[in-house]
Amino acid sequence: MSKEAEKQMTYHATRQGYGEALLELGAENPNVVVLDADLAKSTTSIAFKKHFPKRFFDCGIAEQGMMGVAAGLAASGKVCFTGSFAMFATGRAFEPVRNTIAYGNLNVNLCPTHAGITVGADGSSHQALEDITLMRAIPGMKVVVPADYIEAKRAVKAAAKIKGPVYIRLGRAPTPDINDAETYKFELGKARVLREGRDVSIVAVGLMVYEALQAAEALAKEGIEAEVINLITVKPLDKDTVLKSAKKTGRVVTAEWHTLIGGVGSAVSEFLSQNQPCPLAMVGIEGRFGQSGSPDELLKHYGLTAKAIKQKAKKLVSS
Amino acid sequence: MLKTTLKNKLQQKANLIRQDVIKMTGEAGSGHPGGSLSAADIITVLYFHHMNHKPKDPKWEGRDRFVLSKGHACPALYAALAECGYFDRKELINLRKMGSILQGHPDSRRTPGVEISTGSLGLGLPAAAGMALAGKIDKASHKVYTLIGDGESQEGIVWEGAMFAAHHKLDNMVAFLDNNGLQIDGLVNEIVKIEPIAEKWQAFGWETFEIDGHDIDDIVRSLEKADAVKGKPAMIIAKTIKGKGVSFMENEVDWHGVAPNLKQVRQALKELENNN
Repeated sequence: MSKEAEKQMTYHATRQGYGEALLELGAENPNVVVLDADLAKSTTSIAFKKHFPKRFFDCGIAEQGMMGVAAGLAASGKVCFTGSFAMFATGRAFEPVRNTIAYGNLNVNLCPTHAGITVGADGSSHQALEDITLMRAIPGMKVVVPADYIEAKRAVKAAAKIKGPVYIRLGRAPTPDINDAETYKFELGKARVLREGRDVSIVAVGLMVYEALQAAEALAKEGIEAEVINLITVKPLDKDTVLKSAKKTGRVVTAEWHTLIGGVGSAVSEFLSQNQPCPLAMVGIEGRFGQSGSPDELLKHYGLTAKAIKQKAKKLVSS
Repeated sequence: MLKTTLKNKLQQKANLIRQDVIKMTGEAGSGHPGGSLSAADIITVLYFHHMNHKPKDPKWEGRDRFVLSKGHACPALYAALAECGYFDRKELINLRKMGSILQGHPDSRRTPGVEISTGSLGLGLPAAAGMALAGKIDKASHKVYTLIGDGESQEGIVWEGAMFAAHHKLDNMVAFLDNNGLQIDGLVNEIVKIEPIAEKWQAFGWETFEIDGHDIDDIVRSLEKADAVKGKPAMIIAKTIKGKGVSFMENEVDWHGVAPNLKQVRQALKELENNN
């Protein structure tokens, strides 16, 4: 991308999409109820509280209890959205989420923010790096990782109409807006091919999608045509798109800001190894805890960059 | 005082449920007879006297809800649901069997009349609070009842739910504590004591009542009083006997999660039939 184009780039945190979508949902659907666990300002659900105070419930610092209450509300016909940090929504509250919400296939949507290493300075205790793994393992749980604010907003809005629980992974730090708000449509289980190429497929989620696009541009300069797929939905996986691309390029790099154990790379590998085996490399966090730092510092330190994607892609293409 | 005929009817129902619990767990070869027997009278009063519900229309919006938070006592719940007509009594024999609508712990997706899946301890109380909250949002008049165990009260999530229910003044919610004094590893008081129970719940903002959980009159009256509480949820602390009604099971910790063998089934049924 040229310096000029980079200057014109706009940035939003995906969590902003959550707050905005909730406001629209609140106006559209009287059954929508929002819960938070003392993080409404951070998750941005505070706006919903302001406009729909009778349908907003702050459960205090009690994530397990919040999931239990949400299950009861959903069992009584409400469409629930629960906010917290990804660490606590999926870690602390894993068991109520699994045993009450998911087992009952209840309409409780988990939209925690502050996922991944980019939480930054708060450090390891607040950096959920295992949340995709945990949520993906639960039968019936849908897992969505929006790449930008526009995608996040549309995913949250869509979740209100999807039967059963949906996990939407949101981030704290502002990231580039890569989608066109005018034309963007979210569809659960549908990936988007953002750039076509014949040499290698890069399957990315969340903020790594922008890094993948940057990597593809750098690769093109060296004569390597990378196909960039914004996976969007980790579960259910868009098998058609992944399969088609892997068949075409024969090489796949996955990219996520999450542990490599059980995350997006695993999901893609599980599918391809059984259906279209091909050389595959993964960019992500290699079974480590995070630490304090600025989001950019941390992304570099843990190798979650366009540069890392490019290197892995090049290695695959040249081997 | 209840009319003698009504009281007799309820006692007979409770006895029938106890017999079913014995037959079901005996047939299954596993399950939790002790805590099912201690909860049998409370469940009986709820389903055969107190709650407003339509067994032929389990999803009727106006129904009172019951959440069995101590889900392992589900043989008693299933027996009551079957006797009410939610499903055929013939199903009872399939408890815990492969493919059965009667799972080892309550499963809302399989069993008509089960409001929400429970079994993992502690989850039922906040879920009941969520249901009560939904009732408040909808300005509905139904009530939500739940039953928790004394050992279960060691779960932190119980107290998260307790705080939430009190904060939101959920006076359309009534909980029972099946205070039978025993948990798997021994006496609740010797594992991690939960006393003082009434003071704890009061401190959490609940109205409390203390009753004999096997006295039908007591249960009926406490429910009437608890329903009438305004501005806060109510907890009925019911002193009960684990294994109640079967002499060799009463107050015996080992009958928490062990099924009776054929000989024990026969003896238990004989005792229960004689009590009838």
